[in-house]
Amino acid sequence: MSTTYQLEFERPLREMERQMEVIEAEIAAVSRDDNADVSKPVIELERLRDKWRDELDRLYSNLTPWDTVRVARHPRRPQTRDYIGMIFKDFCELHGDRRYGDDPAIVTGFARLGSIKCLIVGHHKGRTTREKLACHFGCAHPEGYRKALSKMQLAEKFGLPIITFVDTPGAYPGLGAEQRGQAEAIAVNLREMSRLKTPIVSVVIGEGGSGGALGIAVSDKVAMLEHAWYSVISPEGCAAILWKKANEENNNAAAVALNLTAANNLRLGIIDESIPEPPGGAHRDPEAAAESIRKWLTERLRDLKRIKPANLPGRRYQRFRKLGECSQVESEQEVAAVETAG
Amino acid sequence: MTQLATPTTPEVKVATRRTSIPEGLWLRCPTCEKTIFRKRMEANQHVCPECEHHFRIGALERVAQLTDPDSFEPLFTELRCADPLNFTDLKPYNERIKAECARTGRDEAVAAGRAFIKGRPSMLCCLDLTFMMGSMGSVVGEVVTRSIEHAAERDLPLIIVSCSGGARMQESGLSLMQMAKTSAALARLDDAGGLFISVLTDPTTGGVSASFAMLGDVILAEPKALIGFAGPRVIANTIRQELPEGFQRAESLLEGGMVDRVVHRRDLRNEIARVIDYAGK
Repeated sequence: MSTTYQLEFERPLREMERQMEVIEAEIAAVSRDDNADVSKPVIELERLRDKWRDELDRLYSNLTPWDTVRVARHPRRPQTRDYIGMIFKDFCELHGDRRYGDDPAIVTGFARLGSIKCLIVGHHKGRTTREKLACHFGCAHPEGYRKALSKMQLAEKFGLPIITFVDTPGAYPGLGAEQRGQAEAIAVNLREMSRLKTPIVSVVIGEGGSGGALGIAVSDKVAMLEHAWYSVISPEGCAAILWKKANEENNNAAAVALNLTAANNLRLGIIDESIPEPPGGAHRDPEAAAESIRKWLTERLRDLKRIKPANLPGRRYQRFRKLGECSQVESEQEVAAVETAG
Repeated sequence: MTQLATPTTPEVKVATRRTSIPEGLWLRCPTCEKTIFRKRMEANQHVCPECEHHFRIGALERVAQLTDPDSFEPLFTELRCADPLNFTDLKPYNERIKAECARTGRDEAVAAGRAFIKGRPSMLCCLDLTFMMGSMGSVVGEVVTRSIEHAAERDLPLIIVSCSGGARMQESGLSLMQMAKTSAALARLDDAGGLFISVLTDPTTGGVSASFAMLGDVILAEPKALIGFAGPRVIANTIRQELPEGFQRAESLLEGGMVDRVVHRRDLRNEIARVIDYAGK
């Protein structure tokens, strides 16, 4: 029920958990005596459990954006490889970009979603310390983006739909990454994904950090898990620049201002759907989260299968083309006035 | 954008040049540190007459340098920032925009239009570093996209001169989406066989370098221009060591195979015309 890693906003739950543990111990102690009446503590325990569940629901339906970021980064939150195991069958991993190396921060391979053969591409953060370091905590290098693209082009060639899982704090900002063309690698992915003649669907399962996230998410349909975040910059990064300092208060403010939650992104048209998470977040019930994702993926791929592959790029272009909001200066005089002033 | 490391950690020293737009009759060149006569520098296309340091210039100055006299015909000038997120940090975004407009006399960080470059009809789009660090929000993304579409429709060679800190934080996800939008538009231009010459100037980083700027059929860069994905300070904080000499500068990108040519500002117009002659329709 509880997890070892504790989120600050879950404090009220921990108090109840302690109480429940006390009662459970009490019941255990008394119930050694066959004749003991445990009905009272059992009722009390049931009452507390209900209260705990209600409190959990209440907390998770009122998460602040900054707490959402914390949930999205929860160390027990399911990652790409977890979802691959829970949702797909017969995963056949494919490695390497054929140019430089194999970036473990991006996982690619064939798999089956029910009866649908597909290609999976996903950021992977790693669970153990060793794995996390190898994956750079989900921050991909250019070779990762290039691997993703080459496998996606393979999928296009063989008519397989593409499923991508987004979960990265951002593309890796390091020496080698820059020298090997991080910007170019991401840019090429954006351009090439937009014209792949095969369906692409994406789910932001945890962190959608900027260009590093978008680099595998130029898709026909994009969803976010309810407690994932997706934004141009992390709240800390934004706070450090615009608020001059990253601290609890500023991170909070930046998280709100950035409109990074699933609900925000849905409203802005950046994503097409928010996939509900089980009570208390995906980390409390990974199987349930996986089931919701599986359902969404299956439905979307079924819809997209009806569209001729050759028509997909045009539709995908229109999806992204309309994003952004400008106002217009109406009268010509006004334009002229502004121009002469400029 | 994409700053990962929280800059609260002790900073590793990074050699960055201070290159703000200077004021006054005389100014000091940040590279050779000589005091130079401002007018002489300006007459020299904003290049230091002593050491060839390329000063940063605004979009209108860039347009004037590249196009044939009186040939520039501005397009998409009706677009204005709408502050779609009602964003406020220490100061409301719309106030920041107003202040930038008043300070620069511009209304966004981009200028686009049709023009002749040494007699060759072209579609030119210049980012403007003087306006909010040339950052890309909805307006810049829309103008760049329309420029690409316009070039494709009219079979014009497209030239985009980039200088930008990246995607504009104040429009968050919508700024991010401009990266996808502009890159996807370039895919269509490419499909149509159109020519795109990308000119990278100091600095071109973040969401601009990671989208249209690095997608040129031919990529030209001004000498010593800082070009990269992450900013040098972020990288120094990640790797916890000093960055090598010339890192992320145009010359080292040339060496690393990331750009086609490093071109002095005085030659830029000629070079663009030359590439158009080889690759344009």
